[in-house]
Formats: sequence, structure tokens, C-alpha cells
Amino acid sequence: MRVATLLRWGALTLLVTFLLAPQWFAPVFAPLTEYGAPPIYDQGNLLVLALAHLATVCLAAAASTVVAVGLGILVTRPSGREFLPLSRTLVNIGQTFPPVAVLAVTVPLVGFGEKPTLIALFAYGLLPIFENTIIGIQTCPTAVLEAASGMGMSARQRLLSVELPVAMPLILEGIRLSLVINVGTATIGSTVAAKGLGEVIIAGLLSNNTAFILQGGLVTGLMAILLYDAMVAFEKRVLRRVRIE
Amino acid sequence: MITVENLCKRYGETTIVDAVSMTIAKNSITVIVGTSGSGKSTLLRMINRLVEPTGGRVLIDGQDTRAEPAHLLRRRIGYAIQGHGLFPHRTVGENIATVPQLLGWEPARIRARVEELLSVFQLDPKEYADAYPHELSGGQQQRVGVARALAAEPAVLLMDEPYGALDPIIRAKAQADLLEIQRRFGTTIVLVTHDMDEAFHLGDHVAVMSQGRLLQYDRPAVLLTRPADPFVARMTGLADRALRLLSLTTAGEAAVPGLSAGPRVAASVSLREALSELVWKGAESAQVIDADGTARGHLTVASILGHGRPA
Repeated sequence: MRVATLLRWGALTLLVTFLLAPQWFAPVFAPLTEYGAPPIYDQGNLLVLALAHLATVCLAAAASTVVAVGLGILVTRPSGREFLPLSRTLVNIGQTFPPVAVLAVTVPLVGFGEKPTLIALFAYGLLPIFENTIIGIQTCPTAVLEAASGMGMSARQRLLSVELPVAMPLILEGIRLSLVINVGTATIGSTVAAKGLGEVIIAGLLSNNTAFILQGGLVTGLMAILLYDAMVAFEKRVLRRVRIE
Repeated sequence: MITVENLCKRYGETTIVDAVSMTIAKNSITVIVGTSGSGKSTLLRMINRLVEPTGGRVLIDGQDTRAEPAHLLRRRIGYAIQGHGLFPHRTVGENIATVPQLLGWEPARIRARVEELLSVFQLDPKEYADAYPHELSGGQQQRVGVARALAAEPAVLLMDEPYGALDPIIRAKAQADLLEIQRRFGTTIVLVTHDMDEAFHLGDHVAVMSQGRLLQYDRPAVLLTRPADPFVARMTGLADRALRLLSLTTAGEAAVPGLSAGPRVAASVSLREALSELVWKGAESAQVIDADGTARGHLTVASILGHGRPA
């Protein structure tokens, strides 16, 4: 446990240091370059790119969360149960349709930049949150639900003070999955001119610069791992009050 | 007083509860007993409208239960179920405070009530108020479930197989607690069970249901001595009906003046236990002793046996 924590803080320190002062790492990446190409990405500020990348991912996840949790709640109400198969199909399409294809379809509609990327990530991130919300709500013990109604909670009170808190661990897990998947997926946004770490990788591919490719990949990977850990820590805090028997 | 009038529940062609009428007296314990699928739970759940009746009506103290929205009605009626249904994300104290909070009680009043109930149920408030349900034993969880049902001082408490998941020793303790609590708060309790022993032990009145119909509704002794239906006789147990009858009378009630050199039995034990004691000791008579140690009278084997058959 100690070692794991130490590793995490080490990874965070490494990431922040690299983003703030990438030139310090020039000697490390120099062997990967040929013909005197720059060892550190020089066509933009890495910190700005990383933050833009993170912002895109978080924005998309926030939108996915609102829609997927909302839909999950709707289809678990008695009045919305008949929409479950339809919603499930729609959300599944969002996951099966490759994000690259989504970009190809949306660029003509909304133009280049952040928008098509946000749409692709939003659609891609719906499924884990939606399914986890449904399972979380559906697996709430019947005795607990019956007690909530028997105590005199209205349908709304029951949802807000029993069903959602009990489903919270699974919902948060879904959000975490969605976030982590999309940190990696967001790199493709750079193909349609969205600001992000994909730029670094693409620049590396175009100029045959392995150092760039590695930098883009490593920063993205570290961000995904750290985001995962941060979510786990956050979930633990929240769930201290949402324990299941 | 709860008046059930011609209450029916049908799902399509299937009749779950078939025209049940009964009057449940204030400050008493009524046990509804029946096999699974007899409609007993549905009948109970129609009292607090967790199930809406297809026909008939329920009056509580003369007021039709449909006069207000169902969730408001339920806040006035305690409800305890098998498997307790405690909210896993709330502490014991918060669980018990559920209905008072819904009713908008002052925080100080809620706190006082939670502590009172925890003490009544022999759970130290300091130790348990902030514990989570999963940290309690099954018996403790069950007690918290009943405490939660009683939190807002309801005049009526509905219990659906509340002790079904407990082992026999904890169940006996929970039953004794329930009798004590009923005396203390004067709550009108309606309890559903499939366990005839439980029904006879707890019920001032017992209602026997089968296939949606109320077969007989009377005092336990009457169910034994004058079953209205062969099914009632089977439910109440033909083989040991004499012993069951003995278990309904206490030694104190049956004692007649006089002294005995035989074993001493407490006035609070049932005749069944007193008889068992006499058989065990090989004695012909027993001395009945009150709780304060004074002699109440005596019992002979013959006088005990007289209580084990219809008068």
C-alpha cells in the first residue's frame, strides 16, 4: 500500500515536472531523435495542450454523466420502463460506433475543432455510466425500497435519498471508466484540429520523430492512470457514507 | 381501531384477497396467519396502501385511508418488514430518524426520540447511534428496523414477517420485546406470519387466511376449540392442540387457592411449561409463586389437564 502511494505521488511529480519544464528531459529523449531533430515537442506548450486535453475529456464526461444518469433514472421509473430497450440500443450504438467515424460524420455538420471531439467522446462515454446507473438502481435491495415507501417517502424522496445514494458506488465507477477510456480516445481529436495531446503524437508521426510520439503517449498514459487513482480516492471519500451491507 | 370492509385485491383474473372484512381493536396485537400465497401480506399492505385495493375500504379510527395521499398516510403508520430494510448508507440514528425527519420534527426532538428508542431496544445510543447497519448483528438490525417503524409514535404498527430471518433464540427475545413495547406504547399492532406458534404467542386475536379468504378471526383459544373450517384446524395443529391450548393460559391465571409441597413454578409461565415441569419432576401438584415471591395458589396435574380441552 505504501509503495503504491509512493509510486502515485512519484508519477504525479514526474508528470507535473515534465509539463512545466520539458527541456530538463531533453537528454532523456535525445537518443530517440535523428538528424538533430528537437528531442522535446516544440510546436506548442505541452502544459497548455495537456490542460486542453483534460478539459475536453472532463467536459465530455460531465455531459455523458448528466445524460446517462438521467436516462438511467428515467428507464428505471415505472413510467419509463418501456424506454429501457430503446435507450440501451442508442447508448450501445454510441459505444460501438468508432469515435473516428463519429468525427468523420460530425465534422461536416459542426466544423473542425473541439466540437466534433466533444461529441465523439460524449457518445463513447455514455455506455459505462448508463449501464452502471441502471444496475446500481436495479440491485437496490427490495426490502430497502419497500421500507422507503413504507416509511412514507414520496417517489422523488425515495429516488434522491435512497436509490441514488445506494447506486452511487456503481455510478461513480461508471464515470471513472468513462473518464479513463476517453483520456486515451481524446488523442484522435487532434486529427480534426482539437487542442490536445494527440497533436504531439501526430507531429511525431508526420516528422518521424519517435521522441514526440513517446512524449504524447507517456503524458496521456500518466494522465489516465492518475485520473483513475484520483477518482478511486474521491469515490472512497464519497462512499464512506454510502456503504452496502 | 382499524376497520377493514370487504377488501379485495385482484390482478386480472387472479384474486389475491377476496372480500375480507375484519375489525382490529385498539391497543391489541392482531396476527394474520396463513400459508404462502394466502394473501396475508397483500391484506397487510393494503392497510397502508403499499398495495391499492381493487375493492372495499379501510378505515383507521373511522377515517377512510384514501382521504389523503398514500405517502402521507404511511408516515402515520409504522411499518416493519422481514430483512429489516435498513438504509445501508445511513447510520442507525439516521435510519430511526427517517419518519420524524419526513414529518419535519425539530432536530432536538428527533435526537431525543432516537436515544429513547435505542434505549428501549437495549442498544446503547453512544455506541450504536452512529454505527452503520452492516456493523450490527441480525438481531440488532431487526430491532433497529422496529425502532425505526415506531419512531414517529404511530398509533398503528404493521409488521410483515418481521422475525422470519432470525434464529429461534433471537426470535423469542424479539417477540418478548414486542409484547413489552406494545404494553409500553399501547400501539395497535397487526403482524403477518406463517408461524402458528408465533401467532399464538403474540396475538390477542388471530386471523387465519387461505386462498385470499379470511377463514376465521378470533381469540387463539377459540381457534383451537372451535375451528370454523377444517383448514383452520389443520393450521392450528390437530396433533398438539391440547398442548397449544395449555400454552395460552398462565399458571397464575389457572392457580386455585391452596398449598402444595410440589415444585414451585412462576405465575407467569404457561400451563404447558408447568405441566412439563410436573412430568419432569414426577409430581402431582405445583406451588404457583408470584414475581414478588408470594404464593399465588397451587395447580394439580388434573386441574392443568382440564384447561387443555374445550370447556
